[in-house]
Amino acid sequence: MTTGTTTGTTAAALPVTAPGVSTLSLRADGGHQLIDGYELIVGLEVHVELATVTKLFSASPNRFGDEPNTNIDPVTLGLPGALPVLNRHAVELAMRIGLALNCMVQSSAFHRKNYFYPDMPKAYQISQYDQPLNINGWLDLPDGTRIGIERAHLEEDTGKSTHLGGTGGRIHGSDYSLIDFNRAGVPLVEIVSRPDIRTAEEARQYVTELRAVLGTIGASDAKMEEGSMRCDANVSVHRPGTPFGTRCEIKNVNSIRSLGRAIEYEARRQIAMIEDGEKVRQETRHWNENDGRTHTLRTKEDADDYRYFLEPDLVPLAPSAEWIQSVRDALPMLPGVRRTRLAQATGSAPDSEAILVVVERGQDEYVLAVADAGGDVGRALIHVKEAFADEGASPEVPVADLARLTTLETSGAITATQAKTVLAEIVAAGGGDPAAVAKSKGFEAMDTGALETMIDDAIAADPDAWAKFCAGEGKAMGALVGAVMKASRGKADGKAVTALLNAKKG
Amino acid sequence: MTATVDASAIAAAVREGSTKASDIVEAHLARIGEREEEIHAFNLVLADAARAAAAAVDDAVAAGQDPGPLAGVPVALKDNLCTRGVPTTCSSKILDGWRPPYDATVVTKLAAAGAITMGKTNLDEFAMGSSTENSAFGVTRNPHDTSRVAGGSSGGSAAAVAAGFASVGLGSDTGGSIRQPAGLCGVVGVKPTYGYVSRFGLIAFASSLDQIGPFTTSVRDAALVLDVIGGHDTNDSTSIPEAHPSLVDVLDQDVKGLRVGLVTDLPAGADPDVQERLEAAVGALREAGATIVDVQLPAFGYALTAYYLIAPAEASSNLARFDGVRYGLRVDAADTNAMYGATRAAGFGDEVKRRIMLGTYALSAGYYDAYYGRALKVRRKVADDFDRAYEKADVILVPTSPTVAFPIGAKTEDPLEMYLSDIYTIPTNLAGHPGMNVPFGTGAGGLPVGLQVLAPTLGEPVMFRVGAALERAAAS
Repeated sequence: MTTGTTTGTTAAALPVTAPGVSTLSLRADGGHQLIDGYELIVGLEVHVELATVTKLFSASPNRFGDEPNTNIDPVTLGLPGALPVLNRHAVELAMRIGLALNCMVQSSAFHRKNYFYPDMPKAYQISQYDQPLNINGWLDLPDGTRIGIERAHLEEDTGKSTHLGGTGGRIHGSDYSLIDFNRAGVPLVEIVSRPDIRTAEEARQYVTELRAVLGTIGASDAKMEEGSMRCDANVSVHRPGTPFGTRCEIKNVNSIRSLGRAIEYEARRQIAMIEDGEKVRQETRHWNENDGRTHTLRTKEDADDYRYFLEPDLVPLAPSAEWIQSVRDALPMLPGVRRTRLAQATGSAPDSEAILVVVERGQDEYVLAVADAGGDVGRALIHVKEAFADEGASPEVPVADLARLTTLETSGAITATQAKTVLAEIVAAGGGDPAAVAKSKGFEAMDTGALETMIDDAIAADPDAWAKFCAGEGKAMGALVGAVMKASRGKADGKAVTALLNAKKG
Repeated sequence: MTATVDASAIAAAVREGSTKASDIVEAHLARIGEREEEIHAFNLVLADAARAAAAAVDDAVAAGQDPGPLAGVPVALKDNLCTRGVPTTCSSKILDGWRPPYDATVVTKLAAAGAITMGKTNLDEFAMGSSTENSAFGVTRNPHDTSRVAGGSSGGSAAAVAAGFASVGLGSDTGGSIRQPAGLCGVVGVKPTYGYVSRFGLIAFASSLDQIGPFTTSVRDAALVLDVIGGHDTNDSTSIPEAHPSLVDVLDQDVKGLRVGLVTDLPAGADPDVQERLEAAVGALREAGATIVDVQLPAFGYALTAYYLIAPAEASSNLARFDGVRYGLRVDAADTNAMYGATRAAGFGDEVKRRIMLGTYALSAGYYDAYYGRALKVRRKVADDFDRAYEKADVILVPTSPTVAFPIGAKTEDPLEMYLSDIYTIPTNLAGHPGMNVPFGTGAGGLPVGLQVLAPTLGEPVMFRVGAALERAAAS
């Protein structure tokens, strides 16, 4: 398809509802959990507000939380005669998103999506339709599950309506409505996944991972509670091996937790209908957080005909190969790559809790630096995960201090328990020599001979417990270990004591 | 018919201090006082503002400053161009009470060049029409014969210039809305290449076709005005980034060796008096040294149909914002949807409603391919035909309108008959090309006949050379 003022698109061959909701899953069947014999099929449409200084088509500030109707101008309000001018920075952020999601960035165009609503100033939304900026990508979840990305396109946000009086905060039945146009024209990227998600938990993981990617590349602050990230779910169920079922689109999901709840509710609702011999109707449903259910918003029959056509006030958006490459070159390392890197260095699984937590906090560079400084990387990972929860991506404790601490552990100079105590003190002080701190605490290496003497003393003091331990009563070991720890004033390594006791039992 | 109101002469005299802008403005206000009631060119005359602006120009000259290339030149603005703080109506009730908070780019540029705004002129509502009879505020009459139309949709600006109410008018041309009224009123009217002049602040009818251009009493004045209002505007993404050469500078070049195309397969329908003037013009250009060549434009006849799908389709979207929510007319009703309906039913006239319905239908699911989609293909075909024709010719000469000015009311009952008024102007808009009307004598009833010089994209320099040659021939 060519572009320009003398050409257009062939709309009838395309879906007239939400563009790009694909029924083409790239994911192979099998392996995931079924609900009463049904497989869940989910595709997500995630809208994110871009972290630009100004709006998508005008110079008004893109800023959340200002006095209503202060970040407005003739373009934002759709005043007669005003024309949109595309924000280059928004395009760049959209390209970053596309490239981070492994999409192809292509020549694209803007269309008008026509519908009446009071907070839609022009009565059309400028969006991308059949020529989106980014297509055919994917996002890998931490456990390696690959979710296809159909498209990630640019569009403008609407204003925000508040319906007052009457019932339920909806426009119908309200006494009056207030409109804030500050949000109108804020740049959005809509990221449409393929229907590759198979469980509510996967949906949560997908959104969590997507949010991490968006934050890492600086494209959006992606806060669901402030509405800078909004998520609609297309949900259907079917029996494995049969065609996909009829899908329903779930709107008004305002947190990752709600997303899981809404999907689970909707799946069970559809399964119950099918089991009762009813047909699932294609419709848009509204998630109600309070009653934990989805409710019909509109059926396919009342869906708007958006009458898409090429936006004649804008020229085609065709980023040059050089521009695309420069955006690609400037991308920071993404969370998935960071997890893999840390997993390989530490020997932990990429989706282990320690790796997930440390990378989310951005402390993986720090852990790797501890290893570079001669420390034990595995111990460093655990210490950072446990002790650095209140630290940012660059903890105050010098890398060398943590490296020395792990060395004290590996050499047997102090026990893991002692190391925790030492580290807590170093963290509180913002650094310190672990050996000196250990010494001040009276922690010193206890040789095996001394430990064996203590164990023998403990057995002699409590022959009853020893007999029970030898007879296989696990609980009895606790009394013996406790006695040794007491005798050593906590300096004994619990694991070593256990090992010696087992050895003596023979 | 008109006193000496040549913009080039006024600007030169005001700049050198031999004439006061205030005197120029008073002379024009006097003519407005004499004939405006009869002609109704204006929706609003800005007498006080014009006097104040003229005084400022005179003060600047007295202080030794140059007010600019249009110093003291009175201009009339079509009332679909936004003027800061001044009502801008599109001759529609739906914009009742609205005052734009900003000036259109062309308005800013004219003011910066020293021009004086005399008022806002009448038009067919939202520029939809060919006779200015579709105005919510009454018809504009042709200064040459007040029982006849001034053409449209920019009939007010054309009549204002023809009647000597202003020496320059600005209009907008979506399918002929500058050239056709210029032809019927006997003045020069130019529709530039799409993107030549910024559309920022022009209230859109059909965004991919709309283009602003001047009405003047001479080809030189049109060049002068385009040199001021043309050029890239960062507020209009579709404005052409490249700088335009001065058009005033090309006017003295003759037409020797230029190839003037005559369309051999032009849809029939021009009245004999119009056809006679076309033939006279061909003779004059040949005599001036131009070569006459035959060209074919087979899709020309389909352009009208395509236009009446594409323009309404875009209009249906452009005019959707007039919903009573933020500005203009609001007719209260039980709920939001009923308010939209009541507001739009009361605010829009019949022709606007007709086109909104046509356009909405053409874009609807299930009909898009058959109507809008096919119209876009015709649009491409029209452009391709022109491309081939311009391999053989530098410009193309066609009538502007099939007839001279017709009587008021003659075509209001038959929209299709009215639409045919634009059969010779519409293809240019579909191709995005420039075209200009040059008055070339009179036809039936002594009424003006205009001819169009058409040129390819950014062919303004050669178009103006031929236009100037025609003007010289018409005067001799």
